[in-house]
Amino acid sequence: MKPAPFEHHAPLTVEQAVSVLTEVGHDGKVLAGGQSLIPILNMRLASPAHLVDINRVAGLDTIQVTAEAVRVGALVRHAGLERSEEAYAALPLLRQALVNVAHPAIRNRGTTVGSIAHADAAGEMPAILALTDGVVEVAGPAGSREIAWADFFLGALETSLAADELAVAVRFGRFPAGTGTAFTEAARRHGDYAMAGVGVAVTVTDGVVSAARASFVSVTDVPSVLDLGPALGGVEPGTAAWEAARDAAAEAVHAHVEPEGDIHASADYRRMLVTELTRRVLPQAADRAGALA
Amino acid sequence: MTDTTPATETLHDVTVTVNGIRRSASVPGRRLLSDFLRHDLELTGTHVGCEHGVCGACTVLVDGQPMRSCLMFAVTAQDHAITTVEGLGSAPDARVAPTGESMNPVQQAFAECHGLQCGFCTPGFLTTVTAYLEENPSPTSEEAREAISGNLCRCTGYQNIVKSVLRAAEIRVERAAEEQP
Repeated sequence: MKPAPFEHHAPLTVEQAVSVLTEVGHDGKVLAGGQSLIPILNMRLASPAHLVDINRVAGLDTIQVTAEAVRVGALVRHAGLERSEEAYAALPLLRQALVNVAHPAIRNRGTTVGSIAHADAAGEMPAILALTDGVVEVAGPAGSREIAWADFFLGALETSLAADELAVAVRFGRFPAGTGTAFTEAARRHGDYAMAGVGVAVTVTDGVVSAARASFVSVTDVPSVLDLGPALGGVEPGTAAWEAARDAAAEAVHAHVEPEGDIHASADYRRMLVTELTRRVLPQAADRAGALA
Repeated sequence: MTDTTPATETLHDVTVTVNGIRRSASVPGRRLLSDFLRHDLELTGTHVGCEHGVCGACTVLVDGQPMRSCLMFAVTAQDHAITTVEGLGSAPDARVAPTGESMNPVQQAFAECHGLQCGFCTPGFLTTVTAYLEENPSPTSEEAREAISGNLCRCTGYQNIVKSVLRAAEIRVERAAEEQP
């Protein structure tokens, strides 16, 4: 339960970090919060020869709110983003999801960008990046580039980040006015990996739903967004028609997800769970949309 | 099997402030903060359970915030302030177990409410709850349960730990009242 030996690098700038990554290639791994990486190293599921510890890199620990997005730097801890009032006001979904990320002691250390770069299907924040139509900002030897979420997640624990690239920030997109969001998940114990989870965003215009989407935790290989517009569009929340539409949305979720079973829950149970969770969170999101409209 | 112990592992000079005292040691990059505290600084109050972040026994305060010391490298903790269970009380010698008033309110509450049996998980609970009450001075029983959800105890069944958290909140108020007669 101790990591294998590695060379520790402590760059002070993004340029230095990228230059080390370029030098060491696939033998290198970036260390930010380490709350997913260090367990893997301790259990020797991975033994990279070089660890590029970015904790001393200047300028990566900021949260910026613009009209379009909430930009989160690579050293912003989950707890920092969770507590940011500015980020909460701009995009309440972030805090709604973050309180479900592991336990407080893990959130104090783990970073939101790191969680996204780790690309675990059981992670909340990759699903939130997808739901907000977010973007990953990347620095590499050839300069910087941006990767849309849909092009970023390739598979379980697999992203389109090259070995010599560093994710320096992510931008979570903000929703149009009149949008309410909600997130929920079910775990055996509060803070554990969720058996299933779902985030939804519902936009209400002139009293009826004009857009709705959902993304999922632990029931798809890679984050994916399901358009619930066909099920909920044009319906007024709280009416009899809304109840029928909610059933249709739940059915769409049931058909969309592709859970895998393990010792914690069977595939069938996860599918049933995420369907029911969606049914439960939709009214919350619709209420919040109404309150904002 | 080849011998994987490298003869030439690079050593890093790491200096951290532990319980208010600057401490240094020369360690390889892979030295976990938990092992750094226990082996290199000989502060064995921090306990090592699962070593992958699940059990919470190794929780220490880093700049006042609870974190898993088994999920941090000592080299990353450079220049940060660490509080271990030895630093929670106000006894003059941190190696001596505190008693009475030299215990912090959480330690006193765990003693009063039998919030421990074997004591293995206790350092992690004490650090976690101490930091929690700083931010949430008067938790409900439900909130107390959630606050300790990241720490495992295999003896108590948690009931007395929840009582201890609530009692610690009371002791904080009592002590504050005593200080302002």
